[in-house]
Amino acid sequence: MGGASGAPRVGIVTFPGSLDDRDAARAVRMVGAIAVPLWHGTHDLEGVDAIILPGGFSYGDYLRAGAIASLSPIMAEVVTAAEAGMPVLGICNGFQMLAEAHLLPGGLIRNDHGNFICRDQRLRVENTSTAWTSGYAPAAGDSASGGAGASGGAGWSGGAGRSGTASATGDFASSAASGAPEITIPLKNGEGGYIASAETIARLEGEGLVAFRYLGVNPNGSMNDIAGVTNARGNVVGLMPHPEHAVEPGFGPDTALAMRSGTDGLPLFASLLVSLLPA
Amino acid sequence: MPTIVVEVMPKAELLDPQGKAVAGALSRQGRSQITGVRVGKRFEIEVAGPADDAILAEVAALADELLANLVIEDVISVHFAGADGFGLDAAADFASGNVTTDTSFDEASTPEAQAEIREGLS
Repeated sequence: MGGASGAPRVGIVTFPGSLDDRDAARAVRMVGAIAVPLWHGTHDLEGVDAIILPGGFSYGDYLRAGAIASLSPIMAEVVTAAEAGMPVLGICNGFQMLAEAHLLPGGLIRNDHGNFICRDQRLRVENTSTAWTSGYAPAAGDSASGGAGASGGAGWSGGAGRSGTASATGDFASSAASGAPEITIPLKNGEGGYIASAETIARLEGEGLVAFRYLGVNPNGSMNDIAGVTNARGNVVGLMPHPEHAVEPGFGPDTALAMRSGTDGLPLFASLLVSLLPA
Repeated sequence: MPTIVVEVMPKAELLDPQGKAVAGALSRQGRSQITGVRVGKRFEIEVAGPADDAILAEVAALADELLANLVIEDVISVHFAGADGFGLDAAADFASGNVTTDTSFDEASTPEAQAEIREGLS
């Protein structure tokens, strides 16, 4: 565990063409963790406790989205750390990198309609037991889901109190059928179509490895409406939509309450505080 | 210096939105006889050393690892430019004898050979 303050250190890797690294860093700080900027060209993880691969268009999406970034020097360390159990989150381009690095199954191809899409997207959180989604666990999650709020007592300072005012309390609309929490966060991509072989899709569905699923509309032709997946261990999660763009009232998606007040992305980052708590 | 050509296509069973867009543009040009387009990639890779089967196999392995993502794409062909009479420096390669007669990575002409390649790539 990280620095002198006890707060976990979360590394955010910047690649040539990364766009959302600072947004991810801000989201990390808002739940009371320490954001550590990492550089793709080094082999140094600087002793972080978790890693975020941010959105953007690394290497101009040359070859395939995320393909060249997945071979960056630092990715060798990221793969080793992920295989050792360190929490790793890939958002959008970061998800594409994780797929290219074979840390997550499947691949991402151009949207079936051929257009770049940018919208507030409803999602169902299908798996609330990963390192990055425990904050969405309904009901019983009041202690765990509070992530930021609950962890305030564990000695972390910073954004804990602030995030407590947002929806980091696990208070989500939930699907009547499954009880699974539903969230709305921004989606913006041109190559977000999730595909995998029939066997892989069957395994993902059978083993509960679909972490996020599109609700209402499938925005890009993804198989089984899959928006995000996790590895079996639950430490590596990738998703196309952007939780880091829905962490602060005034800058998130519209809600019934008020314009741009959506902060449904916050519990994802708060989840990390729980998963990094000393056992 | 020999050149190895690697050709990669999106998997046949997957929608190819790029090809679909090109086909749409062609049909708007009145090219009604064109019924479908698929868009792939051709890599021309220069290698040092002799044009032998070892380097061809090495590049074929790299093609599977990096040039193509086998989850979403297929490697269609790995061959020396010149081996098929096309590509970079074909004339020079032939003149210097720097070509291989091994065309096993070329797109196969017989159904049996095509099946064999598909099996090998899957």
